[in-house]
Amino acid sequence: MKSLAQVVFSSFGSSVGKKLLVALTGLALLLFLAGHLAGNLLIYRGPEELNSYAHELHTALHGSLVWIARLGLLAAFVVHVALTISLARDNRAARPHAYAKPATVQASIASRTMILSGLVILSFVVYHILHFTVHVADPSYDALVFDLHGHKVPDVYSKVVKGFSSVPISAFYILSMALLCTHLSHGFASVFQTLGLRSARTSGLLKLLGGLYALVIFVGNVSIPLSVLGGFIKPIAH
Amino acid sequence: MSSFPDSKVPSGPLQDKWTQHKFKSALINPKNKRRYTVLVVGSGLAGSSAAATLSELGYKVKCFCYQDSPRRAHSIAAQGGINAAKNYQNDGDSVYRLFYDTIKGGDYRSREANVYRLAEVSVNIIDQCVAQGVPFAREYGGLLDNRSFGGAQVSRTFYAAGQTGQQLLLGAYSALNKQIAAGAVKMYPRTEMLDLVLVDGHAKGIITRNLSTGKIERHAGDAVLLCTGGYGNVFFLSTNAMGCNVTATWRAHKRGAWFANPCYTQIHPTCIPRSGDYQSKLTLMSESLRNDGRVWVPKNAADCDKDPDSIPEEARDYFLERKYPSFGNLAPRDISSRAAKEACDDGRGVGPVVGSHREGVYLDFAESIRDFGEDTIRARYGNLFDMYSRITGENPYRTPMRIYPAVHYTMGGLWVDYNLMSSIPGLHVLGEANFSDHGANRLGASALMQGLADGYFVIPSTLPNYLAPQPPGQVKENHEAFAAAENDVRERINRFLKVNGKRSVDSFHRELGLLIWNKCGMARDREGLQEALKRLPEIRAEFWSNVRIPGGADQVNPELEKAGRVADFIEFGETMCLDALSREESCGGHFRTEYQTPDGEALRNDEQFAYVAAWEHTGENVAPKLHQEPLNFENVKLSVRSYK
Amino acid sequence: MESKLNLTLKVWRQSDRQSQGRLVTYPAEGIPTSASFLEMLDIVNEGLISNGEEPIAFDHDCREGICGSCSLVINGVPHGPEKATTSCQLHMRSFRNGDTIYIEPFRARAFPVVKDLVVDRSAFDRIQQSGGFISVRTGSAVEANSILVAKDDADHAFRAATCIGCGACVAACKNASAMLFVAAKVSHLNILPQGQPEKDERTIRMVQQMDAEGFGGCTNQYECEAVCPKEISVDFIGRLNRDYAAAAAAETVTA
Repeated sequence: MKSLAQVVFSSFGSSVGKKLLVALTGLALLLFLAGHLAGNLLIYRGPEELNSYAHELHTALHGSLVWIARLGLLAAFVVHVALTISLARDNRAARPHAYAKPATVQASIASRTMILSGLVILSFVVYHILHFTVHVADPSYDALVFDLHGHKVPDVYSKVVKGFSSVPISAFYILSMALLCTHLSHGFASVFQTLGLRSARTSGLLKLLGGLYALVIFVGNVSIPLSVLGGFIKPIAH
Repeated sequence: MSSFPDSKVPSGPLQDKWTQHKFKSALINPKNKRRYTVLVVGSGLAGSSAAATLSELGYKVKCFCYQDSPRRAHSIAAQGGINAAKNYQNDGDSVYRLFYDTIKGGDYRSREANVYRLAEVSVNIIDQCVAQGVPFAREYGGLLDNRSFGGAQVSRTFYAAGQTGQQLLLGAYSALNKQIAAGAVKMYPRTEMLDLVLVDGHAKGIITRNLSTGKIERHAGDAVLLCTGGYGNVFFLSTNAMGCNVTATWRAHKRGAWFANPCYTQIHPTCIPRSGDYQSKLTLMSESLRNDGRVWVPKNAADCDKDPDSIPEEARDYFLERKYPSFGNLAPRDISSRAAKEACDDGRGVGPVVGSHREGVYLDFAESIRDFGEDTIRARYGNLFDMYSRITGENPYRTPMRIYPAVHYTMGGLWVDYNLMSSIPGLHVLGEANFSDHGANRLGASALMQGLADGYFVIPSTLPNYLAPQPPGQVKENHEAFAAAENDVRERINRFLKVNGKRSVDSFHRELGLLIWNKCGMARDREGLQEALKRLPEIRAEFWSNVRIPGGADQVNPELEKAGRVADFIEFGETMCLDALSREESCGGHFRTEYQTPDGEALRNDEQFAYVAAWEHTGENVAPKLHQEPLNFENVKLSVRSYK
Repeated sequence: MESKLNLTLKVWRQSDRQSQGRLVTYPAEGIPTSASFLEMLDIVNEGLISNGEEPIAFDHDCREGICGSCSLVINGVPHGPEKATTSCQLHMRSFRNGDTIYIEPFRARAFPVVKDLVVDRSAFDRIQQSGGFISVRTGSAVEANSILVAKDDADHAFRAATCIGCGACVAACKNASAMLFVAAKVSHLNILPQGQPEKDERTIRMVQQMDAEGFGGCTNQYECEAVCPKEISVDFIGRLNRDYAAAAAAETVTA
């Protein structure tokens, strides 16, 4: 009899098994993006709202919730990236000889550039964490604190404003969001197909929802650097 | 007349013959079965089903096909359906009725016992196919649906949209795959049989050529099954696949197997006409089109190149309705085909001039579209209309379709006894490759039935009658008979390559096809057949002195493959014409213009010709010898077909 | 009466599996528009033979769109520009006088070139052998009408079963994935009641064999569906994914 590990490895080690895991982790990342955006948008309600939300997030369950979420996300992210890279390598190997006259009948550009958009997103995520979470990009962020009803808490609001006041940084974020959203526009419907939840009847709807979802994530996130640059989101007056 | 090999038809009442025969047939102990090797040539319905079933029983099986996969054998192209006497429709069908219809449809030129057995096992075929997952059409209640087909008065045809052949072949192929996976069948795709090996007069092996590498190989076995289809491509243009050929059966014939009734060929009336000299094959459209289309040609030859819409009603000749008022456009295949040919020979054909005249008649849906609406017609024939417009570039909803008859099935084949064994002991022949069940004309939806009957249900019971007395594995590939046969094959290939003449193989094939079509096609006469018999040796001589085959023998070489097949077709054509000449009557697919009633109907001669004509090869450049197997009708009364 | 075309062909020529191939340019002159694409090649080959050259080798057999032999990539598209049409049913009226037409073999690691435009698709047979059947011995079948099959299921299974195994899906996919083929074959049997007992094993085995043959995976671009001459729906790929997930889960939790 095969051991559990053997069964799991053989079932989820096949191309379809790997794709199932990519879809499931993709779904987790899709949900995370929605939550992340909702938190980000609190910036429009002012520094107090945003900073108190950030504070609650970091102190819930004695500070462990954020770490559970971070580890879960990291795992999903690693699985998603590692398996897609592995699949992409297999896919390339499956066509060693290219056509002299290649042609595409109907596949979208987004669908054909998933690995490229994905790799740019990967580099963006690394930068994003270094930028806003670890503050490697700008250690002065460590000093930004906010007085939340007498408690000194990290001043997320000011970090965002400071970060996006730089045009090159904002431009990089906006470009990355654009690629993220082409990735999502294909990825959203793709998740359903890979999980076997798409049919001819729902395919139009899923495509539409995927597009809308990508658009909401794009517009919501891009609005923040644009608002900072345009002066709609102002630094905290001291 | 020489002594005829025993047809082994069992005695006793018709209904009990098969049951009794099975009971009396030899059995082989399961442990011994695996010591026998059976070589199955061809992987269509007959070959795949036989290979799968025999290996399930325990025999070691090797199966060969020239295609790159057994799934591509030409059974795949059958559209209409498969008959079975299930009587699910409660419309009065029975095994006896299917038997009777088949005998009558074959114009009383087949063996009663064989045909009855075919009808009897037809019901098992459907059970088997459904269990394999063949997705036959269903009614809303979940039961199997049936339709009436080819003019039958009961609905006994099972179908899977317009691709019943593909679905049945995929079923047989899946059974074959199961056995290949189990290691019980060894499959040899892209492998063509080029000769039969006889040891002490028994078929004990074959010589093949690997079409990918050119390698000549020897395969020894305890019995050989030829399931290699018909010879329709002797006409060059037919609805057969490009690769369909007579080589396996012809090579066996030259080793001693008798060829029966080669003049019986079936013409299908609703094919798309030729459009030019470059044409490589003809495409069949389902006969069901004739349910709603009206066939006509202009009354006046001068109208033939006019736009059909501009030809007024009174200037049109609805010739089938005129000649056959009660059946009209639904007159049987051979009758409608001949009527179309007569109209075209009369100079009233339509469409492009190909060769000397126009070969096409209109199949007009204007009236049906007017009566039922375009949507109804689209629902009924949408697929066929699409196919027609893809091939012709014309829109059949606006302009009448053009149709013309084409060769599509051959009833003749190697002579076999009731056990499906040929006149060579050990050589068995199944499906279209044998002559056995369809007489002079085959009913619609019966070809698939026969292929699967032979492979699934007949040969598994009858093969042991040959094998049981034979000690297994007695002949090996190193036997001198293999060396001699291999040598013959190699020499022939070298001869092809050495000619280095000027003409391509195809040019000979086209020339042969046109000759056979004109002289031994829908209508034949003594003079024409004699001309053909004079011309054929000339074509053969020119072929062997002027064919050009580029490339070598040890590689993929389609020209070399075709050369072998065409050389055999040329030889076979002579026997075919000889058979047609010697059968001085008209029956089924064989219409001799000298033998017709005053109003142009086929005139059968039961007194003199109620026999199977089996031809024995007696040497190169020597006329083959005719043997006659009398057909005895104990159950049906011979009558004249009338469709007036 | 009918127009003729003068064309330039760029055809892949490769003498055998081991050789390096290359594109060779041939003129194709006086091609009638009513000829089929393969008849156009016949005409070109006739010219090559009369010059003593080896004709272009290509797979073909039934020439009526059902055997699945023909396997040409025409201007980058398997089976060429017409929808739901095999190479053999493509006609020259789809082209214009003066066109240059690239003709290449199906490209995939799992479909090695045998010669010129002929490829070896035996990988498809091996996938079928790994589980594309219902294990029923001849003679052991029950009465055909004793198992009812809902009309919708029968029709659905039939639509999957219309696959002709040509491999255009593989040739069109940028990953050379055989998912549409495998999905069609698995679904045909998995939908029917007769196919249930072996459903999970069939699904897993056929996917594993597909991987072993060196086909790529599906990235849901649906080029396969767009070129499929039988218009097999990518819904079947979704269905295969679902059947696979269920089979993998069942295998994981049951003994």
